[in-house]
Amino acid sequence: MGIGTGALGAGLLEREAEAAPAAANVVGPGPVPITLNINGKPVNLTVEPSVTLLDALRNHLDYTGAKKVCDRGTCGACTVILAGKSVYSCSVLAIDAQGRNIETIEGLPVNNPISNAFVNHDAQQCGYCTPGFVMATKGFLAEHPSPTMDDVKNGLGGNLCRCGTYMGVRQAVLEAAKNMKGAKNG
Amino acid sequence: MANTPDYSWPPMDARKIIGKSPKRIDGPVKAAGRARYTSDLKFKDMLYAFYLTCPYAHARVTSIDTSAAEKTNGVKAVHVIAEAGKELQWQGQEVAAVAATTEEVAHEAIRKIKVEYEVLPHFVNEADLAKAGSRGKAAGEKVTGDPEKAFHDAEAVSDGTYGIPVVTHCCLEPHGCVIQWQGDQVAAWPSTQFVTGWAGTLAPNLKVPAANIKVKMDYIGGGFGSKFSPGAWAEIGARLSQKADGKPVKIFLDRTTELLIAGNRPSAYGKIKIAGKKDGTITAWQSDTWASGGFAGGGQPPLPYVYTNIPNTRLNHTSVSVNAGPSQAWRAPNNQQASFLTCSAIEDFAAKIGMDPMVVFDKNAGYTPRAEQYRYQLQKAAELSEWSKLWKPRGSQTGAVRRGLGLAVNAWAGAGHACTARITINPDGSVLLEMGTQDLGTGTRTIMTQVAAETLGLQMGQIKLAIGDNSLPPGGSSGGSTTVGGSSSATRKAGINALAKLFEAAAPALGAQPEDLEAVDGTVRVKADPKKTMTWLSACKKIGPGGKISETGANEQRNPMGLNSGGAAGVQVADVSVDTETGMVKINRYVAVQDCGLIINPRLATSQIYGAVIMGISTALYEERIMDDATGHMMNPDMEFYKLAGIKDIGDIVVHLDIREINDKRGVIGLGEPPAIGICAAVGNAVANAIGVRVPNIPMSPMHVLNTLEGRNA
Repeated sequence: MGIGTGALGAGLLEREAEAAPAAANVVGPGPVPITLNINGKPVNLTVEPSVTLLDALRNHLDYTGAKKVCDRGTCGACTVILAGKSVYSCSVLAIDAQGRNIETIEGLPVNNPISNAFVNHDAQQCGYCTPGFVMATKGFLAEHPSPTMDDVKNGLGGNLCRCGTYMGVRQAVLEAAKNMKGAKNG
Repeated sequence: MANTPDYSWPPMDARKIIGKSPKRIDGPVKAAGRARYTSDLKFKDMLYAFYLTCPYAHARVTSIDTSAAEKTNGVKAVHVIAEAGKELQWQGQEVAAVAATTEEVAHEAIRKIKVEYEVLPHFVNEADLAKAGSRGKAAGEKVTGDPEKAFHDAEAVSDGTYGIPVVTHCCLEPHGCVIQWQGDQVAAWPSTQFVTGWAGTLAPNLKVPAANIKVKMDYIGGGFGSKFSPGAWAEIGARLSQKADGKPVKIFLDRTTELLIAGNRPSAYGKIKIAGKKDGTITAWQSDTWASGGFAGGGQPPLPYVYTNIPNTRLNHTSVSVNAGPSQAWRAPNNQQASFLTCSAIEDFAAKIGMDPMVVFDKNAGYTPRAEQYRYQLQKAAELSEWSKLWKPRGSQTGAVRRGLGLAVNAWAGAGHACTARITINPDGSVLLEMGTQDLGTGTRTIMTQVAAETLGLQMGQIKLAIGDNSLPPGGSSGGSTTVGGSSSATRKAGINALAKLFEAAAPALGAQPEDLEAVDGTVRVKADPKKTMTWLSACKKIGPGGKISETGANEQRNPMGLNSGGAAGVQVADVSVDTETGMVKINRYVAVQDCGLIINPRLATSQIYGAVIMGISTALYEERIMDDATGHMMNPDMEFYKLAGIKDIGDIVVHLDIREINDKRGVIGLGEPPAIGICAAVGNAVANAIGVRVPNIPMSPMHVLNTLEGRNA
């Protein structure tokens, strides 16, 4: 099975852990006020330190494009872009996501080259995994603007679909890459 | 009108929207993350509810103390499901539920519930029937013809042992709902395959009239057969809501619980013997099978599958009860198991007599209910898979990586379910199409809109569609691949009925009789004299201000009027490479030839087949509920170790939709299930063909492949 954004997310977490100063930053266990930069806007909320970025987005705010499926960094349905990198938002704590830009699918217009390509190639059925795929595609294309089919198969290996839409997704990612050539940020 | 109107589909060459491939109409909202699934809903004062579940495969609750949970700040309701004395039969069975202001508080409170259990003996693995003892219940033997004589007289007899394990639905949106119970009124937002029937199933449990239960669902994140009933969680959610002064409660299973209790496909194991002649003719079948779908046991798959008229058969089956979560319908229930057992055994018979299985399947097609159809499809599948070039006799391959081809057949009924559509035409020309159905991602919204637009001579964008609400005309349950047949036929009839009324209103202005009119390209005109025409809007204005036309159309299962039918056949070929050093199986190409009726939208129909095949490849290569004998636990109730196929794992898939006039005349036939049936069989056969020996158990995992290659099969 391919490994894509999962490994990326885990890597980010490790680097964060090393960089974090220890005792001075202790917060909780009760709810604490935090500020998240979501799609370019600062948003204030109060959550327990154990709350994941995914739960903060979905339950404490109302960004529900990212889905809670495996909740353990396996399926990619919760993919968002944190400081320019795809991450599984179920595997990042909300308090750790402060100070960096968080891009969710709500930050994209309904008509955007990636979502449109997914529609064009019928790369969705129930659609529950689709927002995660779209954001993973955005993160992937930022690093691989001219992917081959093999690149796509490896790069999107961190997202799972149960309806079986991969044939469409493969084509959609290639078309999105083509349509985004020259465009800066999808 | 006394005469029955002509509801028949327009001829193939006259269709403007049906048979074309418009993109799914809810595609943009889904692909941009704006579609609101039930699990995305959030209401004012909504509470989050979760379960405490049984950690043992078999236990009795001796005491339960919820006082600390109830005192937790933010907890609004606690409900005990398993009181002291209750015996629990599987890990994950519900013990208690908590509703709280946040998920975090609910989880904290659940940890504070104190339960003591008396742990009881368990039995969780049915693969070895000899160990089942009293947990196995034999069904009576079934015999047709004279199998004893047929086996005695046979020129060749093959035998094999085969197993296909329990797999879980693993819907990405877990089972659950948002539900609010205030007084005698219930409002519910489920994740369900049956919007119209949901309230009626829940009502007796709550002792609330079904008429008082309002149900709404816009989007569902996967069901695959496991989301027909409201489930226990709807009732528990409602009771929590009632205890919490009628606040809405969101109750969804967490991933572990989802995989433990929300549904699975029963297993099937079998020892099968086939007798036949050296020319490939099968003369007899004998199977001793067993299966489990949880504590209730597991039924017998329909054997022999498709080749139902093998003249001499002897069938025995044992239903095995295990201490594990209950089964639910799984995309073509019992057919995957039956196809796997049958097609594996036929492949082994072909290998035994040294014949090409393609020839053996063809030679015996007379035993199937659709010999001509299967023969045609076998030929087509052989052509698309380059069978004659790539297939080599079993055991003739050498080298570390060996390529193999295998085939399987499928069959499914899939006629349209009973349902009713309503079409309203307003004087301003706007059109509303309504049905209390649901779109599982199969494209129901899109195909209903196509049919309405085609029937009314409009563009799809002129049809407003409302589904997913039980106050609308009744939809059917989306099971058995019956939705497309039902919803398209009912929409067609509603459209024709509404048009008849519109023609009555418009006829005088055109100086014609209503029955002489037709609606084409946004106009209403005289059939025999198309110059006598008026725009759709002008025609609708004749309805008169304040008026509207509102007509229904119903599909009747017993009298589909030629609009839909059932009985789809299919043949599939898997082309795999097996690494005999690592045991890895790679799909090179997968060919699916699918018989179909009238295809409303080839793009969406093709997606259905891709999806069915990919789900099948996932079960053929990776999926298995792994139970631990010692603890009785499911070892992989998560998505890391319960593996689903990813984008790289599926090879290339070739779909052949058999769109021909002869099939089109059969009307609409559902496609969700038939192409999902044969994949385990085809892949298993391809592996056997590649490595020269049968790997008895699905999935074709490295462990199973290496065990077979190294002689470690039990």
